[in-house]
Amino acid sequence: MTKVFFKNKPAVAGALIILVMALFALSAPLSGYQPDEVDIGSYLLAPNAQHIMGTDLLGRDLFSRMAYGARISLLVGIVSVGISVAIGIFFGAIAGYYGGKIDMLIMRFVDIMLCFPSIFLILALVALFEPGIMIIMAVIGVTGWMGISRLVRAEILSLKEREFVLAARACGVSNARIITRHLIPNAAGPVLVSATLGVAAAILVESSLSFLGIGVQPPTPSWGNILMDAKASLGAAWWLTLFPGVAIFITVLGYNLLGEGLRDILLPRK
Amino acid sequence: MLTYFLRRLFMLIPLLIGISLISFLVIHLAPGKPTDVQLQLNQKVSLQVRERLEKLYGLDEPLPVQYAKWLSRLVRLDFGNSFIDNRPVMTMISERIPVTLTINLFSLLLILLIAVPIGVFSAVHEDTFFDRAMTVFVFIGFAMPTFWLALLLMKFFGVTLHCLPVSGIRSISFEYYSGWEKFIDYLRHLLLPVIISAFTGLAGLSRYMRTSMINVLHQDYIRTAKAKGLPQRRIYFRHAMSNALLPVITLLGLSVPGLIGGSVIAESIFAIPGMGKLFYDAVMSRDYPVIMGVLVIGTLLTLVGNLAADLAYSFADPRIRTGEQSG
Repeated sequence: MTKVFFKNKPAVAGALIILVMALFALSAPLSGYQPDEVDIGSYLLAPNAQHIMGTDLLGRDLFSRMAYGARISLLVGIVSVGISVAIGIFFGAIAGYYGGKIDMLIMRFVDIMLCFPSIFLILALVALFEPGIMIIMAVIGVTGWMGISRLVRAEILSLKEREFVLAARACGVSNARIITRHLIPNAAGPVLVSATLGVAAAILVESSLSFLGIGVQPPTPSWGNILMDAKASLGAAWWLTLFPGVAIFITVLGYNLLGEGLRDILLPRK
Repeated sequence: MLTYFLRRLFMLIPLLIGISLISFLVIHLAPGKPTDVQLQLNQKVSLQVRERLEKLYGLDEPLPVQYAKWLSRLVRLDFGNSFIDNRPVMTMISERIPVTLTINLFSLLLILLIAVPIGVFSAVHEDTFFDRAMTVFVFIGFAMPTFWLALLLMKFFGVTLHCLPVSGIRSISFEYYSGWEKFIDYLRHLLLPVIISAFTGLAGLSRYMRTSMINVLHQDYIRTAKAKGLPQRRIYFRHAMSNALLPVITLLGLSVPGLIGGSVIAESIFAIPGMGKLFYDAVMSRDYPVIMGVLVIGTLLTLVGNLAADLAYSFADPRIRTGEQSG
């Protein structure tokens, strides 16, 4: 398995990017500055020896803000996808295993959820609460599970009549145990691929929301809200626009590459 | 064809009921219940807002009554009046829809015009330099944060080159222009927003078109066509492409919610007075009636888009058109 993985160039490239970004997030304290340390005297400094990525309008060190922002982005991406995966597996497994009316009800529910433009639903929900990291993660998670539930359902539908399931049932294994121990692990491949791509999508959504001022709220730094500040000083400070944009781009690219690579490895085309 | 159409319309009913239920649920998450602890902490929701919400949605009545009221409002497309300027929400939305639809239709057109040829060409020349370059482009397209691209384009075309407007849909001197100049001015304002809305879809569709075309090219009838010596162009464009385009129709239908949702980002950045900007402003000022209105209308537009795609598909695919079961 590891050999197959290391032969897959996109997967390796993606994993490397993610690793570098994780190290970057860990390196946050190395900058020697706090992300919210205001120093009006040194505002909008171009990258230099003291501030390797320069400073923003309030003289805050951009490297420090970028690195703490990396923590936020990775956290939001992974937690919200975790929520989606949990909900998706739950509904998908029940629909696929029990079939019939339950299946029809759940799948109709999925169809309905898919009719809502997700950004609208996310924004409407955020507007009802105070925007913040917790709410953002919960809302992205709650609006993004439909694809995974369809995957899990399809997988379980194709497996539930197989001999090993019949054997388990004949031995008197409970339905819950058959689902969790024998069926869901078989759906791990497609779910993993979809979740990896989902992290990329969630990071994009979080940064868009933060850019619009509805996501992670200042002074907590996030790549999106650094870009929001950059919009105010457009043209004057290229580093404020360049670094967060490139960071989002590279991170999303990393998860997409890893996801596509995993798809090739785990789900070879028949 | 007609029975298919009627059956398809009939299937909308449970969807519509579901949409009304979920949006009803969303309202109920709104602060407004007397038991709401969050209310005390949430300064943006004043007592006055709470009273108005209670009055608008009848939040003090039993749940079934509340839902019945909400349903009857939905059917009449009556979302009440805006909390901010007290105008009917539906009037505000209908003023804003044309711009948003224009931008989205232009983006769809742009996506089709660019992505289909790219996809076909990549598939025909699989694994050539062009194909690989396009794969790279697709990955870039998927990873590019559109709001960042918008910032870069604004800076480049608006600030550096100073050749395109970066905000609004009209120049200041719009009123003094002749009809033709007005049209050009409008197009110039829409150019960047259309590019931004189209960008992600462009990558997705060209990828999809490529896969679809490759699948078709591997089929027996294409080999037969080649074997009997048909000219290549005829095989690719007449025999292969018309079939490869079929699934693309469905994909276009599925991309409608993304396009409508994306208008929030494009319109807020470029200050386009469309539905997305209306929604954004409503979210920022916690204007609940407008939020609910745009949420429901945006969802209905998605339904219409899906329906249109399904009908187009059934029209384009003779297997469905003649009433046979597709195989």
